[in-house]
Amino acid sequence: MKDQFVVPARLKKTSFVLMGVGLLTLLIGLIAFQGENATRFWAGLLQNSSFFLLITLASTFFIAATTLAHGGWQIAFRRVPEAISMAVPVLAAILFVVVMILVFGGKEDIYHWVNAHHVAEDKILTWKSAFLNKGFFTVATILTLGLWIFFTLKLRKMSIEEDGWDLRPETGRKLLWRNTVVCGGFLVVFTLSVGSTTPWIWLMSIDAHWFSTMYSWYTFASTWVSGLSLIALFVVYLKKHGYLTYVTEEHLHDLGKFMFAFSIFWTYLWFSQYMLIWYANMPEETEYFQPRVWGQWRPIFFLNLLINFVTPLLFLMKRDTKRNYTAIVFIAIVIIFGHWLDFWQMVYPGTVKTLVFPWYEFGLGLGFVGLIIFLVSNALTKAALVPKNHPYLKESIVHHT
Amino acid sequence: MAVKKFVVGLFDDEAVLFPAVKKVRTAGYKLHDVYTPFPIHGLDHAMGLRETSLHTAGFIYGITGTTTALSFMSWVFNVDWPLNIGGKPHFPLPAFIPITFELTVLFAAVGMVMTFCYLCQLMPGVKKHIFHPRQTDDKFVMVIELTEKTNAEEVKTFLAAAGAQDINEQKAEAGWWFGRYDKDDEPYLRKIQTAANA
Repeated sequence: MKDQFVVPARLKKTSFVLMGVGLLTLLIGLIAFQGENATRFWAGLLQNSSFFLLITLASTFFIAATTLAHGGWQIAFRRVPEAISMAVPVLAAILFVVVMILVFGGKEDIYHWVNAHHVAEDKILTWKSAFLNKGFFTVATILTLGLWIFFTLKLRKMSIEEDGWDLRPETGRKLLWRNTVVCGGFLVVFTLSVGSTTPWIWLMSIDAHWFSTMYSWYTFASTWVSGLSLIALFVVYLKKHGYLTYVTEEHLHDLGKFMFAFSIFWTYLWFSQYMLIWYANMPEETEYFQPRVWGQWRPIFFLNLLINFVTPLLFLMKRDTKRNYTAIVFIAIVIIFGHWLDFWQMVYPGTVKTLVFPWYEFGLGLGFVGLIIFLVSNALTKAALVPKNHPYLKESIVHHT
Repeated sequence: MAVKKFVVGLFDDEAVLFPAVKKVRTAGYKLHDVYTPFPIHGLDHAMGLRETSLHTAGFIYGITGTTTALSFMSWVFNVDWPLNIGGKPHFPLPAFIPITFELTVLFAAVGMVMTFCYLCQLMPGVKKHIFHPRQTDDKFVMVIELTEKTNAEEVKTFLAAAGAQDINEQKAEAGWWFGRYDKDDEPYLRKIQTAANA
């Protein structure tokens, strides 16, 4: 049984090539988008850094949610989400630098509330300024990023430490108890950050006049389903290279069900946000959808629904596709791309305003993908691929749906 | 509907039942059915039952629900009785979605329950032969159908070797008929009889 991951040279090369593409795009962007066009440079960075940070953080959420639910099926590949979550600190650092430059560098094209004169003349922004100000933004960002990193590293550290434990029932109970406590703590932080304030301050404040109570959940659903797809991609990759002996199509089937269910969940939240605004038809709310549904972004608006709802719904509906490695890889890539597109249409209409071919954004995205592959494959080598002392390991081995 | 001959064996434990089911199939006996107190994972595979097509039926019912809801509402608001409601268009798709969704779920759920009952031949007023009063209560009951090629005694020895208890031979209706469990044939009465005989 191959239990110790060794990064294949090809994967390493791929990750470096992708990171190279990303850096090159960043350099080209720096030169191409200057002066008036600099908005696009920053919007692309904000879109990509927030999207990729949140989809790796979804792995920590996966660990926390399955642990609290006393799930046993995921133990056979638990090290995979753990490894993916190890990318959180680096991506958090990138996002932190980006948003700090946006806020303190006075990038009003992205966040128009950073301009004090503008806020003073604007009733709505003045009223919101108790919440939407540089100080609160910074403190909240530091606090959430710090807590995310703390809990992510803590969970990983505990998991590796438990490899040195034994299989006695008391040890097992102790293991479950301390994991439950930490995961519970993380979920509280996660709910208060990704479930409410974080998407407001990072993304919704682009359209500072507008507001939607569904926005954070919508963002969460988007990143959670992409995060599940990311886990599935790494699981299939490892399985295809002869690792993760205990993982069978039964586990893949369950991941597929999650991807299917949360694609529908995303649509549910998308619709809940859209329909109420459409129904009430109040100008201060519809202004968000005006450029998206009736402006230049119309094709993206419908493509978003097609790629993130209709495709996974019809494709993953059948049992056979959820149990097929190639099919899961295909749909996981479609889902991740689809939600990347979703983030694009969340950030761009309020900043860049015009619809342009997203070569720059896509190039940056590839760079982030390369970075994630590099960090995750590195983290995978740091520990055995099976947490051999976990009391639920047997449940995972005999798991079938 | 046909009256057939069966050999019935009782099992205490699913761990004994599982290998027995596999042995029956390799031995080539005709398995009529296996009755269990709770759903057992993988038993359908062991019994060689084909994958159910209940999902396909569910999909078709769902699609029917979607079409019914959308076409009926469009007909009402566009053809039959067009009304101006808050200046919204006559075909307000977002407003239709919740109802369409509900009707999809309703059609799929009700349709699937009925199809399930049909596939299992379950219905109020429909009765089937009960091979053992404690089947689906706390015992696992395996029923093997006797064909002209199988020898009853041979099957009995086979079941005993596989770990079954209370092995007996029964001549019973294989399908369903109209009747009531509480009036026509009371399984618990038979149990008293057996106890009295013993």
